[in-house]
Amino acid sequence: MKKDNKKNFISLVIVLVFLGIVLLLDQVIKPTDNMSMLLTVLQKGSVYALAAVSMNLLNGFTGLFSLGHAGFMLIGAYTYAMLTIPDAARADVYQYYDPAIRFSIPEVLSNGIGPAGTALGVLIAVIIAGLIACLFAYLIGLPVLKLKSDYLAIATLGFAEIIRAIFQWSKLGPLTNGSNLLKGFERTSTFKLAIGDFTLSLSTFVPVLIATICIWIIVLIKNSTYGRAFVAIRDDEIAAEAMGIDLAHHKMLSFCTSSFFAGISGAMMAMVLSIAQASNFRSAMTYEILLMVVLGGIGSISGSVIGAFLFISTSEWWLRGLDSGKWLGISAPGIFRNGFRLVVFSVIIMIVVLFFRKGIMGDKELTLEMVKAWPKNIFNWIRSIPKKIKSLFSKKEAK
Amino acid sequence: MSLWQTIFPYILSGISVGGQYALIAIGYTMVYGILRLINFAHGDVFMVAGLSMVYLAASLPLYLAIPVMIILTVALGFTIERVAYKPLRTAPRMSVMISAIGVSYLLQNLALYITGGLNKNYPEIPWISDKITIFGATTTRVTVITPFVTIALVLILVWVINHTKIGMAMRAVSKDFETAQLMGIKINNVISITFIIGSFLAAIGSMLFFTNYPGVVPTSGGMPGLKAFVAAVFGGIGSIPGAVIGAFIIGICESLIKGLDTILMSQGVIAEQIGFATFSDAFTFILLIIILVFKPMGLFGEKQTDKV
Repeated sequence: MKKDNKKNFISLVIVLVFLGIVLLLDQVIKPTDNMSMLLTVLQKGSVYALAAVSMNLLNGFTGLFSLGHAGFMLIGAYTYAMLTIPDAARADVYQYYDPAIRFSIPEVLSNGIGPAGTALGVLIAVIIAGLIACLFAYLIGLPVLKLKSDYLAIATLGFAEIIRAIFQWSKLGPLTNGSNLLKGFERTSTFKLAIGDFTLSLSTFVPVLIATICIWIIVLIKNSTYGRAFVAIRDDEIAAEAMGIDLAHHKMLSFCTSSFFAGISGAMMAMVLSIAQASNFRSAMTYEILLMVVLGGIGSISGSVIGAFLFISTSEWWLRGLDSGKWLGISAPGIFRNGFRLVVFSVIIMIVVLFFRKGIMGDKELTLEMVKAWPKNIFNWIRSIPKKIKSLFSKKEAK
Repeated sequence: MSLWQTIFPYILSGISVGGQYALIAIGYTMVYGILRLINFAHGDVFMVAGLSMVYLAASLPLYLAIPVMIILTVALGFTIERVAYKPLRTAPRMSVMISAIGVSYLLQNLALYITGGLNKNYPEIPWISDKITIFGATTTRVTVITPFVTIALVLILVWVINHTKIGMAMRAVSKDFETAQLMGIKINNVISITFIIGSFLAAIGSMLFFTNYPGVVPTSGGMPGLKAFVAAVFGGIGSIPGAVIGAFIIGICESLIKGLDTILMSQGVIAEQIGFATFSDAFTFILLIIILVFKPMGLFGEKQTDKV
């Protein structure tokens, strides 16, 4: 027990130090710097990390293979956007429609209790975004959660497409602006805190903070009796039921929780990108999140976080040179042109899917002991490479 | 204008689209029947078939371009199975599905790289692209011949499956994978042939499909692919006639929904546009969910029971 407390304390300190560093980076790095990509990666990465972890909760821990994530993120993004567009900007955003919502939560609250109201308003809007996604998940879950693996996947995928169509429907234009995008709402690039003369920029800190808190909550859920029940359902439905776990109830709970956090990550995505457009939330987005989960290891929360950040930093930052003609000093404008980055990247993904099926973490979590053992393990791994190559060539066709 | 005259063009294009979906859906349903795998990459194979036709027709005469395109598509389907699915034969089903999603991602990105994300105009194929008038509705010839081509190909396929040795092997493998293997059926060959047939039909389907559309983009395969899969589920996955009937139903419904505003307005039911066309894609999925909830095995699927 005592050891557990010590462990928890250490991880809390690590998280706080990490948040402190992010806050510091937010001040030091200017948008014009070379390193500004780091901030973009942190912002987008935290959005996708939360999305990936919430998908892992459903696909990895409960074993429900759902492909409806983009739909719930869309609901979150739109709910957040609709609730935080300032009244004055509404006429400009809803060009072809008469806006149905005529207030903005941050605006109302900041009129009431001053600048802190804006922050509180944003927070409330984010939570409402999650709750609406959760409500939709409940309604969708009623019919589809009875379905088995592949059928569940295709039905949830279908629902995501239906949601997208509904949000683009011209009759709902007063709410959703039809097929046009929503903009002008509270976004991270304007998040600032004024202390005396000094203005603290929070544009990266806020998404990272929200993602950290949400992922922390998911870790707590995973370690609770509910989390254990989810894992039991994944491992063997029939055995779990025999042990007294109410299948329908727990599946629904997992589905709704996952969608709640997907909704929040959608709201964060709107915040970070400063636009919300239904046509962005295609099934391709779900696939990308799924690939992040696979990259990190299905069934590992820390794996999903690592997978998401690796995915985003590789595709947005490290491989960017592949698109613009020069990468790692190699200059080949003929081959390194637009889109090459994604080709290389998808080949890497395929290699992971085929040869490193467990992903980076497998179903283990990142622990302090593991980090301590790294130098030794890496040394051993490098030493074993010649042997591995040898066995690769002498491998017989296994039957 | 009478109701029939308003509806007829939509039904005509619906039957044609349905025929094209049917050709893709067979690829899904056969693969699912044997491997229990939703081959998410199949829609992208269809897209690649369209793109390779664009590039081939630019340098080769049409009578060479079409067979080369078909051969390339078949080779692609075969390669995908050998590289991405075969190594995972003993892995959990989820891993194979993820691999399929990965292949789809790869093909789309590859197409994006090669085309530069631009819309590529599909070459005009003489005779089938010609405009004709049928019962007062003007359309292209491909619209009219598609259902006949589809039905002819399906009849040949059904004959192959019911009356040849390889067809018998396919039926055996889809009934029981392991027993078939023990009986001496070369399972890898059967699976490869399934992929070859599926890709061949997708190649023919792409030719009929893209002739009626302005062009090919890397995401062109996604939606038709998903709809064809829904058609396969609708008809009962694993059943070829089921997939074909499902595809025709989905094609006609989709086309009617696209024109529902116009049809209802011409009949005076509604006074202004409601925007039903937004739901032409979503409707397919509504249909899917209804069928999954009320008849999970589809119209012609076999009932399966889980064993503990």
